[in-house]
Amino acid sequence: MQQIINFLIRNRYLLLFLLLEIIALIFVIQSHTYHKSKFITSSNSVIGGIYTKTNKLKNYFLLADENQKLADENTYLRNLLSKKNSSVDSVIHKVSDTVYHQEYHYIIAKIINNTYAKRNNYLTINKGLKHGIQKDMGVILPNGVVGVIQDVSPNFATILSLLNENSKINVGVKNNNHFGTLAWNGKTYEEAQLLDFPRRAMLKIGDTIVTGGKSVLFPEGIPVGVIKSLNLRNNYYENITVTLLTDMSNLSYVYIVNNIDKKEIENLEKNHE
Amino acid sequence: MNNIFFTNAFRFIGLIFLQILIFNNINLFGYLNPYPYLAFVFLFPYKKERSSLLLLSFLIGLTLDFFTDSGGVHAASTLFIAYFRLYFVKLILRKSEFEYFTFQITSVSVDKVLLYFFVLIFIHHFLMFSLEFFDLQSFFEILKRTILSTIFTFLVTTFGYYILVSKKK
Repeated sequence: MQQIINFLIRNRYLLLFLLLEIIALIFVIQSHTYHKSKFITSSNSVIGGIYTKTNKLKNYFLLADENQKLADENTYLRNLLSKKNSSVDSVIHKVSDTVYHQEYHYIIAKIINNTYAKRNNYLTINKGLKHGIQKDMGVILPNGVVGVIQDVSPNFATILSLLNENSKINVGVKNNNHFGTLAWNGKTYEEAQLLDFPRRAMLKIGDTIVTGGKSVLFPEGIPVGVIKSLNLRNNYYENITVTLLTDMSNLSYVYIVNNIDKKEIENLEKNHE
Repeated sequence: MNNIFFTNAFRFIGLIFLQILIFNNINLFGYLNPYPYLAFVFLFPYKKERSSLLLLSFLIGLTLDFFTDSGGVHAASTLFIAYFRLYFVKLILRKSEFEYFTFQITSVSVDKVLLYFFVLIFIHHFLMFSLEFFDLQSFFEILKRTILSTIFTFLVTTFGYYILVSKKK
């Protein structure tokens, strides 16, 4: 007994070091596992609060830029609306109202912290449970996808960025019904990679990649990127690189997608398992 | 005693704020950031009792992990260099065990101090990027980022050291 105590005292720094190092490594491994709520997250009230404060200053400098973005989006939506009006004239929409009911509900949130230079990136927003944000909601911009909600606290939430090893987003090619996966290899925040596209998809450089209809997280058809380069080897696609339409380094407001039918779809699909 | 306590508490908080508000947002060439918060480990008093060094180094890393959602990579790598600091002091600064507990970093010749900084920064960054990527296939990406960030951190730390620390002696 005496010897054990002596041993512990003699090696107390080594033991303290090992203990703390193991704790840190457990956190690291946990962070590389998808779909696990994390202890280390900036969605807690202290970190979120500090980021909100420091963001107020930054906002001030970004106002002009932000106004321009909003004006652009307004124009885009106005154009979309004027197109809609002409097609609403056909009676069909009014008749089959239950089919055309609202499927998505959007919540706007402000990015208070954004990382994009690391292997696994997260964003923090200033909305949380209180505002109706829940885990696994999609996050979009008018012209692109940002990621998926990861951890939520009463007032804040973190987004698993598209720029993360655990991010796999279902995408398709515009005007074509083939689907694949959008992933990120960690190199540059301007580009992402496409996986699992079948040969039949007939991809070409310059094709627009949009969100696919297979995912309940995102509305179908939001443009995500443009194919920049691709190789074809043994009848399989290799190294399909996509230039992202969103500038992930410069985000301020994002839309959280609440799919009203998500629960129903998921319950239905659960029956098959 | 109190003076040392307040200096280090102030340094702890100051370095964290500098890191998250300024240095984490530089993103040179789109991905390079310096990590001068490591100065906390270099400057922490060299004394026999080392548990406060280990605990505080772990904590400063963990705090940054909270801010940047990086799991525990900062905590693990900062704690690592904090523990092995002693061996590099012996190896590079050529201080014996006995001297170690009395010497001041500002009293050592500049070239040796800089080499000491450089080696510790390199080890820290290599560990940090390895844990962040967690993937053998990305070895060259890890090495590239380690080398470039080490140079960046080294320049910022050395600059800060000259301006703020070495004048005091």
